Amino acid sequence: MSENIKLMQGNEAIAEGAMIAGCDFFAGYPITPSSEVSEILAARLTKKGHIVIQMEDEIAALGAVLGAALGGAKALTATSGPGMSLKSEHIGYASMCEIPCVIVNVMRGGPSTGNPTLPSQADIMQAKWGTHGDHAIIAITPSSVNESFYETIRALNLAVKYRTPVLILTDEIIGHMREKVIIPEKDTLEIIDVKLPDVPPSEYKPYNYKSGKVTPLAPMGEGYRYHVTGLSHGETGFPSAKMEVIQDAQNWLIDKIYNNIKDIEKYEETMTEDADILIVAYGSVSRSAKAALSMARAAGIKAGLFRPITIWPFPEERIKELSKKIKKILVPEMNMGQIILEVQRAACNNIVKGLNIVSGEPITPDKIYLKIKEMM
Amino acid sequence: MPKTTIKFDYDKYLRKDTLPHIWCPGCGDGIILKSLLRAIDKLQYKKDDVVITSGIGCASRLPGYVDFNTIHTTHGRALTFAIGIKMYKPRLKVITVSGDGDALAIGGNHFIHAARRNIDMTLIVFNNYTYGMTGGQSSPTQPYGSHATTTPYGSVEPPFDTCELAKAAGATWVARSTSYHAVQLEKLIADALTHKGFSVLEVITNCHISYGRRNKMKSPVEMIKYQKEKAVPNRSAVNMTPEELTGRFKTGLIYEKKDSLEFVEETYKQLELIKQ
Ligand SMILES: Cc1ncc(C[n+]2csc(CCOP(=O)(O)OP(=O)(O)O)c2C)c(N)n1
Ligand code: SF4
Ligand SMILES: [Mg+2]
Repeated sequence: MSENIKLMQGNEAIAEGAMIAGCDFFAGYPITPSSEVSEILAARLTKKGHIVIQMEDEIAALGAVLGAALGGAKALTATSGPGMSLKSEHIGYASMCEIPCVIVNVMRGGPSTGNPTLPSQADIMQAKWGTHGDHAIIAITPSSVNESFYETIRALNLAVKYRTPVLILTDEIIGHMREKVIIPEKDTLEIIDVKLPDVPPSEYKPYNYKSGKVTPLAPMGEGYRYHVTGLSHGETGFPSAKMEVIQDAQNWLIDKIYNNIKDIEKYEETMTEDADILIVAYGSVSRSAKAALSMARAAGIKAGLFRPITIWPFPEERIKELSKKIKKILVPEMNMGQIILEVQRAACNNIVKGLNIVSGEPITPDKIYLKIKEMM
Repeated sequence: MPKTTIKFDYDKYLRKDTLPHIWCPGCGDGIILKSLLRAIDKLQYKKDDVVITSGIGCASRLPGYVDFNTIHTTHGRALTFAIGIKMYKPRLKVITVSGDGDALAIGGNHFIHAARRNIDMTLIVFNNYTYGMTGGQSSPTQPYGSHATTTPYGSVEPPFDTCELAKAAGATWVARSTSYHAVQLEKLIADALTHKGFSVLEVITNCHISYGRRNKMKSPVEMIKYQKEKAVPNRSAVNMTPEELTGRFKTGLIYEKKDSLEFVEETYKQLELIKQ
């Protein structure tokens, strides 16, 4: 493989990753610190002959993305905090109607307008619970520019494979910093494309969940005429108020994600084998955590790092396992304590402490190191 | 005017296993549905090429009953889905059906922006002056002084004029009809669909259940009579004074602008130019 290395910004890596993954529709609405994603796609995706459109707000942007996705597009939108709040209703619609799409949230803190130019990780729980009703979501937290590129490709793949919205949660640090990205040859990548169902239209059930498999979403306009509704619906897609249908359909939305958790989950471990203290960190904070880990090891403290890359579904089984031998866990986050709740749940017999900074100041390695020392 | 076939075969377009529909007996929405099917049939559109999106409300339940590519979206947002699929697959004929609340209250922003873009689609607004589905609350088209559950002492808000709003925002084809004028309605729908650009058709429809019975029109018959009596063909309206037009509404083609720049075409022209 000939290596093609490029220096770019995190937001640019998302745009490039999307393009190489076959994204062929983008709709957005400007907001700092995510606007570069739209700007870069407006300049480049269009040159490939694809639509990039600025809608009148974020609700409309996701609506357009879902409309295009029903036509067969691999569609993407990007936003930050307030825009994410506006997108919530359509994230629920995408979940309920099982429409693939990728939503990028370059987190900036809040509530409300918050800190437009500062980093944050305060939308982690919103990512899971932001829309009303029960559903399962896939969310990914890259921690570098290179990872932003590759995880965007994976996000688009997962969206199509599981017919679900997939969220990419970065933050202002990752979005705006410049690092190298190793651009691969396209044919070395696994790309999951939208395809037609393998049954004729007369046999097509758009929500064939009783098969236990995710049925391909037939692109509209290709002979498969079906109905899409946010009302509870059975396998045919038409609304149903039958209690068993409501229950089954609801179970399916959760099961299709959690029954495939091994395929969806992704994390990285550093020096966890002999660790006495575990740091659980994701996104830009995990970079500081890695540096703190070296400081701790140099000082003779056996620290290890667990870094979720797929943050939802949370890799709780692995945390549970690790917590059997590692009794102390530190969870540094740029929020008031969100993922720590999941860690505490998975590691309920352990000492789990948080390190929480929400001033917009990044969490530095020495702060994490000090906290490790304090806990030992 | 083309003859309306009485013996029209609706069955070939209906999803019969989704029936009975949810509409109250006497609701005007079924008349609009039938007119829409006749218009589509007249134009010989292939079912596979037709996409119908809708929002939430009684009117917005229409797509579920008809055998096209149908998307029952979220309240007010049907036009955003329509724009997405139309931009992605321009060969599709995209129609949005929406209630007055859906199109003009919660969806008002999308309404004016779709009009501004002059995108080649058709919006049919089912105006029953109320929120039918949720039980008769106030709507942005509710006439001044009329009653709704949330304006029990009469509305003190001026209503929107759907057609004037559409025209001002940039729609290039604007018309109004009623569920009484079914023959005219069918023709106007066909004209709306063939117009290149954003076409808006407002249909005054009767909801005796949520609107009529609070406003001295308890039965569908009284409401249909209202539509018949208050409708003023646009060509007659030009000779009438504002006083004579008070409490009445214009019907027929209200505005048409041909050969304006259309959004899908402009976009694809540009894509062709910049293509690498
Ligand atoms: C976001 C949201 N807000 C409110 C509702 C509740 N709701 C359902 S239908 C409706 C109004 C429908 O009125 P209209 O659009 O005029 O349609 P009609 O039922 O009269 O045909 C409302 C407010 C909803 N479904 N979603
Ligand atoms: S409530 Fe009104 S608009 Fe809704 S179905 Fe009944 S009559 Fe029609
Ligand atoms: Mg209404």
